[in-house]
Amino acid sequence: MEFPQIDYVAILPEIIICGLALLIMLFAAFLPRDRRWITGHIAWFGIIVASFAVWMNWGTDTRTFAGMYSIDLFSSVLKLIFLLGSLLVVFMSENYIRLHKLEAGEYYALIIFSLFGMMMMASAADLVVFFVGLEIMSVALYVLAGFRRSDPKSNESSLKYFLLGAFATGFIVLGIAFVFGAVGTTSIAQMFDPQQYTLANSFFYLMVGGGLLLIGLAFKLASFPFHMWVPDVYEGAPTAVTAFMSSGPKAAAIAVLARVFVVAFGQHITQLSPMFWSLSVLTMFTGNLIAISQTNIKRMLAYSSIAHAGYMLIAFATGTAEAVNSVVFYLLTYTVMNLGAFMVLLVVEGKEDGDNEITSFTGLGRRHPFLGAAMTLFLISLAGIPPTAGFAGKFFLFKAAVAKGQIPLVVIAVINSLISVYYYLRVVVVMFMIDTQTEFRPVSYPAFLYVALVVAVLGTIVLGVFPTSFFPFDIPLLASGR
Amino acid sequence: MLDSYGTVGIFLVVSVGFVVVTLGIARLFRPQRPTPQKLSTYECGEPTVGSSWVQFNVRYYIFALLFVIFDVEVAFLIPWAVVFKQLGLFALVEMLIFVGILLFGLLYAWKKGVLKWV
Repeated sequence: MEFPQIDYVAILPEIIICGLALLIMLFAAFLPRDRRWITGHIAWFGIIVASFAVWMNWGTDTRTFAGMYSIDLFSSVLKLIFLLGSLLVVFMSENYIRLHKLEAGEYYALIIFSLFGMMMMASAADLVVFFVGLEIMSVALYVLAGFRRSDPKSNESSLKYFLLGAFATGFIVLGIAFVFGAVGTTSIAQMFDPQQYTLANSFFYLMVGGGLLLIGLAFKLASFPFHMWVPDVYEGAPTAVTAFMSSGPKAAAIAVLARVFVVAFGQHITQLSPMFWSLSVLTMFTGNLIAISQTNIKRMLAYSSIAHAGYMLIAFATGTAEAVNSVVFYLLTYTVMNLGAFMVLLVVEGKEDGDNEITSFTGLGRRHPFLGAAMTLFLISLAGIPPTAGFAGKFFLFKAAVAKGQIPLVVIAVINSLISVYYYLRVVVVMFMIDTQTEFRPVSYPAFLYVALVVAVLGTIVLGVFPTSFFPFDIPLLASGR
Repeated sequence: MLDSYGTVGIFLVVSVGFVVVTLGIARLFRPQRPTPQKLSTYECGEPTVGSSWVQFNVRYYIFALLFVIFDVEVAFLIPWAVVFKQLGLFALVEMLIFVGILLFGLLYAWKKGVLKWV
């Protein structure tokens, strides 16, 4: 009996992360309640070890599990982005869990399980592997959204996310079935070869399948018109979980979009481009225009994340390897600056629940200059003003789009960036230019949260000033070797 | 292409038609003398108690969840067991890892008191 060769060294990061999640789950059950905080420290330590394992495999270009699992530069870069995001989330959760008396062990175990799913999605070279990864990621997130069990808002968020997410999953399965019917394979590497088309009208069924896949992925990406769940779920979920949800799953969905629509369906880019073009434009306008009228900062960040999904879709309307590389860089910058904004929100929010109005930032800049300055940095970065990471991310993305002649799309994106400046800077105005007579309530200075905040601040500045020295902009999209 | 779907279509029409025709003919010819006993819901021969629209204890769902874990496990174990001899040691170790991961789940549930009926 022949078995497919499995490269255990190449999948070491996944093995570590999976083992870590199981370990934390057992610790959650067997440790006495007052010692469960230790799971958080195991979590961040494990994530750092896994990052080293990814680093060790840097430059590996192989496909294992009978070609279904691709370990290459593209997946390694994305895995590092996921690991960085999760590390920051673990750091920022430590204090949040203590304040809200959440179950620490289960919380970290679910975060790590979700991370495992994302890493699988980044490495998927087969639609079935992608689907399994997606489910591992999503199921953990559904539970995390409802993690504040006594809070009805959190329950509502979890239920909405679960029902709509399960619905979107149905589209993905149907899409995979259509694609399989059209080309007779689920392997992304074999799919782009037209020799594979088994039916006379393969192209038609391939596009039907691709469209269904896009519906499911657009849901995870929070793109128009599948964005309805975003504000409600983001508002109700625990703030640290919202931060996790807004960065990781988006990046994982982008990874799969790149593998499916740029690699597997690469030759049909002329037919696919208008679809992504319109999705991108509609998503940008929806996110940015509705964000203007939000008074709740979590809802504002939710609409801002929809708008950013719109910018990211530009890469797929362009459909070149260069555009995909710049969208991966965009994901890195978005992870850093968006998580940073959520960290400041966590500090300001403190123990008070549900009070996430923008007015709760009034006078923050005067009372706590560091927090105010950090929030300002993240917000101008989200708006895309130089010399921050957000500007560099947008710059490379737009450059790649212009190189392919997508000039109208870039003009629309720039107009949208200008619209977004209004609602981002409104928070800055509230922080610095309105002085409250009442004393701003004292904020605590939890150590781990501040470490994460400093990392995010440095990341936002460094990625903005020296983007090319930290990021390889010539990543091949799929491992060539067997 | 269309031919193969045509077969499915005919099959669909015949299967629906069969049910409608047989039940319709039976309805035309059978005598109809309903009594309260005949119209009552059949529940394994027991007299029915109350409405079936009641809230079940949530613990049933937890047991059902645990059942699903081991149900799926068996679905993977049987094909493995059938060709066990050809697969050899490698597959044994892989299967032990798989069962081990599920065992972690059971340990967690056990420790959390899921298996106790309070």
